[in-house]
Amino acid sequence: MSEDNNSATAVLLSAEQVSLAFADGPHVLQDVSLTIRAGDFVALVGPSGVGKSTLLRLLAGLLTPSSGQILLQGQPLRLHAAPIGIVFQRGGLMPWRTVWQNVQLPLELMGNGRHVSARVQEMINLVGLQGFEHVYPAQLSGGMAQRVAIARALVHQPSLLLLDEPFGALDALTRERMAQELLRIWHLMPVTVFMVTHSIAEAVLLADDVLVMGGSPARITHHIRVALPRPRKLEMEGTAEFHHCATAVRRAIEASG
Amino acid sequence: MSWLNKQPTWLIVLISALALLGGWHLLVVWGEYDRFILPGPVDVGQQMKIVVADGRLLRHSLVTISEVIPGLLIGCAIAVPFGYLLAKSPLAERLISPYLIASQAIPVIAIAPLLTIWVQSTYWARVLVAILVVFFPILINIVAGLRSVPAELYDLMRSLQATRWQIFYKLEFPAALPVILAGLKVGATLSVIGALVGEFVQPKSQGLGYLLVTSRYQFKTDLVFVVLIALAVIALTMYGLVALLEKRLLRWQYLSNRTNVTRGKNGPQKMARGGS
Repeated sequence: MSEDNNSATAVLLSAEQVSLAFADGPHVLQDVSLTIRAGDFVALVGPSGVGKSTLLRLLAGLLTPSSGQILLQGQPLRLHAAPIGIVFQRGGLMPWRTVWQNVQLPLELMGNGRHVSARVQEMINLVGLQGFEHVYPAQLSGGMAQRVAIARALVHQPSLLLLDEPFGALDALTRERMAQELLRIWHLMPVTVFMVTHSIAEAVLLADDVLVMGGSPARITHHIRVALPRPRKLEMEGTAEFHHCATAVRRAIEASG
Repeated sequence: MSWLNKQPTWLIVLISALALLGGWHLLVVWGEYDRFILPGPVDVGQQMKIVVADGRLLRHSLVTISEVIPGLLIGCAIAVPFGYLLAKSPLAERLISPYLIASQAIPVIAIAPLLTIWVQSTYWARVLVAILVVFFPILINIVAGLRSVPAELYDLMRSLQATRWQIFYKLEFPAALPVILAGLKVGATLSVIGALVGEFVQPKSQGLGYLLVTSRYQFKTDLVFVVLIALAVIALTMYGLVALLEKRLLRWQYLSNRTNVTRGKNGPQKMARGGS
């Protein structure tokens, strides 16, 4: 039944034959096409340096494709199309702002004066940082800083959440815990997610669809559907379905490299 | 020495000041220098009493301060837009920076006489010299500060559809502020030098520079020393004011340097207690 609902939901974002070349250089991306439906959790994996983050920056409107087009809710993506939330690998928090002030930033920029503090508090509670509102980022651990970045990325109710290797700078244990946290947050606050990662386990555990990128210039070479049920739990890493998907992704990366 | 290490800063400074004064006094006594060649601390103290009592020191100091502060503020105000332009536009940098660097090769004292020809007002000629001295180090720091803004934060601001002005005052300015304030500290002491150079080339009746020049002509070396002390006090005060401003504006840096909150509560302290 939920499958039917999914297929009925609108396409949120689509990239059609997108290519990118930097000033007279060779193509970085060639003919990349992908579709993200509203409510989807899509993960993009591939060897490092292949252009995953570049694709994410294209989807965020931070880069303009050399050819092809990106549509967000059917409209050509320009920088000012619709609100997007981004979490970078190293958080990108402003060190001179407290946790509260960092989370509040998107609302400030939009001149959204109403219900601001209630919303900010809601987000801080959502990521489990109540009590740390007036602490500066340098006083936080890496995992906590990423929670702040997630709260900030969600505070302005974006239609699309872009995660650029959000846990790439964390140690293995924190990373695993943060993946669980992300599952919990996503369950409480469903939003369409596009995540770049280099961890196969993370991609399979979190995503509905895993896209594999490879080649030079890079393309989307494989599309693997993860059939694990929701809500996902870390224990599912022991299931046959998980292994099946993880193996398929690994093979796809090897085949595309 | 370990006893000294534990003392508060003011006591350390007092000890070193007393040692300096004592050494100076002994040098004058044993060396039997003439008063107009090297006056002792006692001579300087007496002279200080005289010029403080008759109000001369205060009057000349106020004149100098009235040149130092506008010099610093105006120099800074000009350096900010220039620095922004240089940091943002490669073309502007290629156009302007050769001249900026060349201008720094010429000592201000060599340009100052020209300025007194061009600028009729004695006061503004002096302020202008102070501006010239202050401008460059502050400019360099503003450019360095603006270039140190992390690229990720620019991406963040752009993804949130921030306007150019929002990017400036919510990102670039606060991000560059620590480096700008470091430049302002250097500028604060240089502004005193600038005003003094201005007074040297335009020594009309007022200012500590004027007092210095006239007392030297009259071989009142002890008065020269008094002026030097007054200049040092002004420079230190200017520096202190900027340092105070820095402490207020960069409170987050001081707080950030304290212990990590994730460890602070029950981390190292508890372990230490458990061990004892």
